[in-house]
Amino acid sequence: MLPLELTAQSFATYPAEARQLATAHLDTLNRLPLGFAPLLLKELIVFDFRFPMERRDLQRQIRYLESLDPEKLAAAVAPFAQLRLSRELEQTDWVAKPAVFTEQLTAHLWTTHQIDAFRAAAVDYMDKATVAFPDEPRPTHRIGIVAIGQGVKENSYRLFRKLRPQGTYFTSVRPGEGVAVLTALVAKRAAKHPESYAHWYIDGGAPAAVPPAIAKVSWAGLTPARAALQGRMQKIYEAPVWDPEAFRTKLAQIQPEEIGMKDGDDSAMNRFQLSLLTEGSGTQIFATTFVQWAAREALRRAQPLTMLTRFAPRQRERPMNELLAEAQKKSEFDPEGSLVDADMGAWYTWLNQQRLHGAEQSNFLAWFEGHSEAVAVGPAFARGKVSEEPVNLADLAASLL
Amino acid sequence: MVKRFSDLNRGTQRDVAQAISGNRREFLRLTTGAAAAASLFGPATLNAMVAPKGRKAVVVTFGGGARDDETFMPDGQENIPHLLDELIPQATFFSQVVNKGILGHYVATASIVTGAYENFNNFAAVSPNNPTVFEYFRKDLKRPATDSWVVAPSNGFARIGESAHKAFGPGLGAGVILPKRLLTAALSRTADGSRYEHLLRDNYETPLYAPSLAGRQIELGQMAEVLKLSADDFASHAGGLASPDELSVYIARHLMKQLAPSLLWVTLHDIDIAHSGTFSLYVDGIRRADRLCAELWRSIQANPEYANKTNMYILPDFGRDSDIEPGGNGFQHHRTGDAMSRTTWMMVLGPDVKQNVIIDRPVESIDLVPTLGSFFGFNPALSAGKPIAEVA
Repeated sequence: MLPLELTAQSFATYPAEARQLATAHLDTLNRLPLGFAPLLLKELIVFDFRFPMERRDLQRQIRYLESLDPEKLAAAVAPFAQLRLSRELEQTDWVAKPAVFTEQLTAHLWTTHQIDAFRAAAVDYMDKATVAFPDEPRPTHRIGIVAIGQGVKENSYRLFRKLRPQGTYFTSVRPGEGVAVLTALVAKRAAKHPESYAHWYIDGGAPAAVPPAIAKVSWAGLTPARAALQGRMQKIYEAPVWDPEAFRTKLAQIQPEEIGMKDGDDSAMNRFQLSLLTEGSGTQIFATTFVQWAAREALRRAQPLTMLTRFAPRQRERPMNELLAEAQKKSEFDPEGSLVDADMGAWYTWLNQQRLHGAEQSNFLAWFEGHSEAVAVGPAFARGKVSEEPVNLADLAASLL
Repeated sequence: MVKRFSDLNRGTQRDVAQAISGNRREFLRLTTGAAAAASLFGPATLNAMVAPKGRKAVVVTFGGGARDDETFMPDGQENIPHLLDELIPQATFFSQVVNKGILGHYVATASIVTGAYENFNNFAAVSPNNPTVFEYFRKDLKRPATDSWVVAPSNGFARIGESAHKAFGPGLGAGVILPKRLLTAALSRTADGSRYEHLLRDNYETPLYAPSLAGRQIELGQMAEVLKLSADDFASHAGGLASPDELSVYIARHLMKQLAPSLLWVTLHDIDIAHSGTFSLYVDGIRRADRLCAELWRSIQANPEYANKTNMYILPDFGRDSDIEPGGNGFQHHRTGDAMSRTTWMMVLGPDVKQNVIIDRPVESIDLVPTLGSFFGFNPALSAGKPIAEVA
């Protein structure tokens, strides 16, 4: 099937809002090449379960495509039209399963050495759509806060080595009330700028209490879902025919209710959390990976105004000789290794925040939890500066506002 | 909407690759005092040499690239003391080795082994389509089966020893040893086999991946005969090792001692735990690979069968994604195909290899097989690569 053959009936199985959106823009979809239309449908088919900013981004793409006259539209998607696709791809049910098509397309592009051309075309397309329909100003600047090193007493690793050149490194921070200071800041922002999914708190352990206006994701909160998911993964693994690609596809098709999430509660949040476990790598096993990936995805998808990310110790990876000596030994935590993971996670969280609109005004704070080291990045913090002046964490946090 | 790191991303792949190369070059020159190759010798000098008999080669690939950030850049040097202080001063170092193929570990290693970009599914249990270096080596030079071996980390590499090519294929390739599989078999003789399934964690790209075996890998029963190593001794020794890579190097050294193969290929894999997203474990893997490479080189120098007639080639199969590439997640994967994930390095050590020299010009990872062809004197007729003149 080719995009030209799409009709309103093609979207009969789509969720209500997605179906409405697709049929309203059928003419545009008809004019897209096969190397592009399924990619747009991959976003569109889950429209009902997306965060507000994601919805806005998809609608922006459609507005951009519809703003182009036929000749310019053809030119805009020409690099995708020029991709050499296989007959198998054409025969895939890409309307009903655009995510499966996308996986197969990716494999095909690698195999046929077209991945670089595709990547360049995708970046160029998104840049042009953004320039044509720029982001609207947000109600306030963005704030990201990362707490790392929970449970670490002494440390010899040079922390914030990548972040220090970007801002001011504080060596005499007084923790005071510690994490409570940070959750209070997020709560204050949520109260001042009430907006769905604009304020987040991600915790790699058991989370602190925060107001319901804050979107909350935690490692501990997903323990039942992780256990259920691991059970399903094991069943797929034990199937007579094992296909790694199909494994990923099956994981991606798992529904929230299948692993104990009640989809009626908050479908966007449930599906987001499910995706962390089914699309992330290592997120099912290591709490540090889970937090880093959750922060990345929350920034990419929800584009929050405020985000507090708190890393916690992950389980220790045991060396082979220990595993041989005692296979069933109870798992232990690795606070020191987790600190190194989290230090890198803080760097990635800042990088991902800087990819968002308004990066020039954004503030960021990374703090070694319970200790005196922190780094602050933002317009008010001199780059590459070291401050040895004693400062309260509460004051440092307040300076982000 | 996503804001791009436009100032960093606008460069072409070639620009970025050259910048990576430049970083390595400048850093190594500062730390080791290495000189540029062009000022020392021309590419043609070594080409005229006749390959003497008795030459041996040991190739070490890192399955799971290590980025410059964690190795050759200032913050990374603490992770590779052996490469920097011990090996590079003795080596010719290629700062820009490009892999233009599929960035999956099995298919990429197969591409390096064949000297041609293989296009099969990385997760398929298939032989390479093009003849392997082992087949060229054995067929052209009429070498016995015991003269070429592969020590590989995972079941996915079971068929790496010989190709599906009609003119070569079964019976002409290398023996393949999968140490983790041997260990699991050895331990399972006396215990519940399922207890050791975790040892077969095979491929960090797909955590539960375990393909069927159908290659020419040796099984437990053959180990005692081939390696002169009993299952009990093997299991006992493994009990003191910290990782699968240590097990692989232990087997490689045992092979060198017992069979002294002329062509030995070792693939290390611990680094690839990066796919789990744990930066500290990834760095641990780099440090281990750094130490194991030095240990292997010392073993070569200490073994009369190898000393002064062996070249060692060390190269990652490819790199990992850069931090600034928005489509990736930094060190964790190698999915974007960006310049950092495609650009890596190689060092070559050996009696006829210039020491403490850096080569800046780009070469490709598929050039290794033709280079080995020149070194040994076989003709890799179907390889798409070219001999690397500086070390061929």
